[in-house]
Amino acid sequence: MSDSIDRDTFDHLVGLAALELDQQQADYLLRELNNQLKAIRELAAIPLDENVPASLHGVPYASAVSPELRADVWRPHPNPEEIIAQAPATRDGYIVVPDIPHTTLE
Amino acid sequence: MELCDIPAYELSLLLRQRQISAEEVTRACLERIDAVDGRSGALDAGSLTPEDEQKVHAFITITRERALNQARAVDQKLAAGDDPGLLAGIPFTAKDIFCVRGTPSTAASRILANYTAPYTATPVARMEAAGAVMLGKVNLDEFTYGSSNESSAFQPAPRNPWNPAHVPGGSSGGSTSSVAAGEAALSLGTDTAGSIRQPAAFCGVVGVKPTYGRVSRYGLIAFGSSLDCPGPVARNVVDAALMLQVIAGADPRDSTAANVPVPDYLAQLEGGVKGLRIGLSPDYFRIAFPDPQTGEYREQPLPVDIETPVLRAAEVLASLGAEIVEDVPMPNTRYGIPAYFVISRVEAASNLHRYDGVKYGYRTQQPIDDLTKLYRQTRNEGFGLQPKLRILMGMYVSAAQYSAQYYQRALRVRTLIRRDFEQAFDRSRKHRLDALLTPTTPTTAFKMGAVYGDSVLMQYADQLTVPANHAGIPGLSLPGGLDADRLPVGIQLLGPDFSEDVLLRIGRAYELATQTEDWRKVKPMVLR
Repeated sequence: MSDSIDRDTFDHLVGLAALELDQQQADYLLRELNNQLKAIRELAAIPLDENVPASLHGVPYASAVSPELRADVWRPHPNPEEIIAQAPATRDGYIVVPDIPHTTLE
Repeated sequence: MELCDIPAYELSLLLRQRQISAEEVTRACLERIDAVDGRSGALDAGSLTPEDEQKVHAFITITRERALNQARAVDQKLAAGDDPGLLAGIPFTAKDIFCVRGTPSTAASRILANYTAPYTATPVARMEAAGAVMLGKVNLDEFTYGSSNESSAFQPAPRNPWNPAHVPGGSSGGSTSSVAAGEAALSLGTDTAGSIRQPAAFCGVVGVKPTYGRVSRYGLIAFGSSLDCPGPVARNVVDAALMLQVIAGADPRDSTAANVPVPDYLAQLEGGVKGLRIGLSPDYFRIAFPDPQTGEYREQPLPVDIETPVLRAAEVLASLGAEIVEDVPMPNTRYGIPAYFVISRVEAASNLHRYDGVKYGYRTQQPIDDLTKLYRQTRNEGFGLQPKLRILMGMYVSAAQYSAQYYQRALRVRTLIRRDFEQAFDRSRKHRLDALLTPTTPTTAFKMGAVYGDSVLMQYADQLTVPANHAGIPGLSLPGGLDADRLPVGIQLLGPDFSEDVLLRIGRAYELATQTEDWRKVKPMVLR
């Protein structure tokens, strides 16, 4: 397993996470990430044979106890204005944001 | 005894006999809040005063008028002879991670500080439909990320009613401190790694983490979606059973809320423990954690003050006819926290991507001309350190190049943790347990400031509770006594999927058998 998160990897993660940090925050977070990784590293020592599948959740979702999915039916919200009003900036029922930057996919 | 100190079930009897009114009960609770709670949590709260340090600070929002109106409606129903519901007139608080229509629903984060929920979470809706009176929304660790409540963006953070110099635990610390201080009879909390049971233990109250899927998560602001469980906080087992009765059951709005019938928890509650097989595991009487300096794992036994009440509870239950089964191997217990560090962070990072300063909640006030910068600046200003830490870790351990060694591996370790329980509870195997009896926490409530900032040590406060979250099974924390500093010690019962009825029955038997013990007569410091 990789030993620790270096500053370049950390800066890359910060960008992916859509965060922006001051130096003091960055120092704390990088230190704590690496301390947590030391704890996580214990997982590497656990013997796991092929018969151990991944569990995405603990309680099995047997079909007998899983509720039926709701019918996929469009139902209008009684008061969409109330939902739109939660947005920090709106105009004529639309949410207002600054310019969306254009990026070219590689 | 003041009305606010009377447990929920007894209150409901007095209300139905018309000896008291719901409005009187609500007013008694509001008076208690005025007496002991101090100022409610707020953003940019300034420094603590000496008075602040003596108060409980359970609340973020007190919904005084709303509560009084609900209480009056209950009184009208009682006067008219209508069925007012199972929880009629019972005051409760809701952890501020639940959306309640028309109330601020903040998750104790700046990023949701101005958010008013347009809908109500199913467990809250069910309690209110059963006549319960919501007194307000109580504080928590920001987005539930902590075990002490100190990370809340709304300060002053809750304090432990047994000694306000100590933390109430977390993340449902506002829930447990409000119930311990007699501010409310019940509270609705959530448990992702122990967030109901650990603060219940620290505050000397009863906390139930139901089976995953027993209680709907609709309207719960999500953290670890495969782990989050809403559940009751109460002053005794009867009240916890009463509350679970109301909130449990399938919900068309949450596809993980299981279609499993809800038993009558109260009818079976005093059925006793005769013939039940209750296990003790050496793996729950030691803690393993990484040395802060070297990262090497160290194992050590639990403090005597933590161990003794559990062993004593085993003796009590044995004297009532339970069969105590010793040396049950639960070898994967120690991997609960390392696996949780991975799984919960991946789920948290995913859930936190929705906060962007666009649709609702906080948006940076800086002039910004580019949407990407708006996201970054908003999230930088809106999130505290603990959410940022969880996002970064979640992204790292699920990144394509690391996922196999971290995330996929943690999910497989989760299978091992589940298997420990399946084998212990399996009717065809050696141990055939109905429940496992363990301590709830490795320590009693620590002092404010003693652990906060060390995100690894803080996480290890959940070492004995998190395996149940990985496995999805139910857990119950009960007051088990006091330590040398007169701080509460919790004992925990864990059982197979959907065995809340059995756990509550064992808890009730223990509670009845120890009802007259001296430690039960000691009151929290803020009430002395």
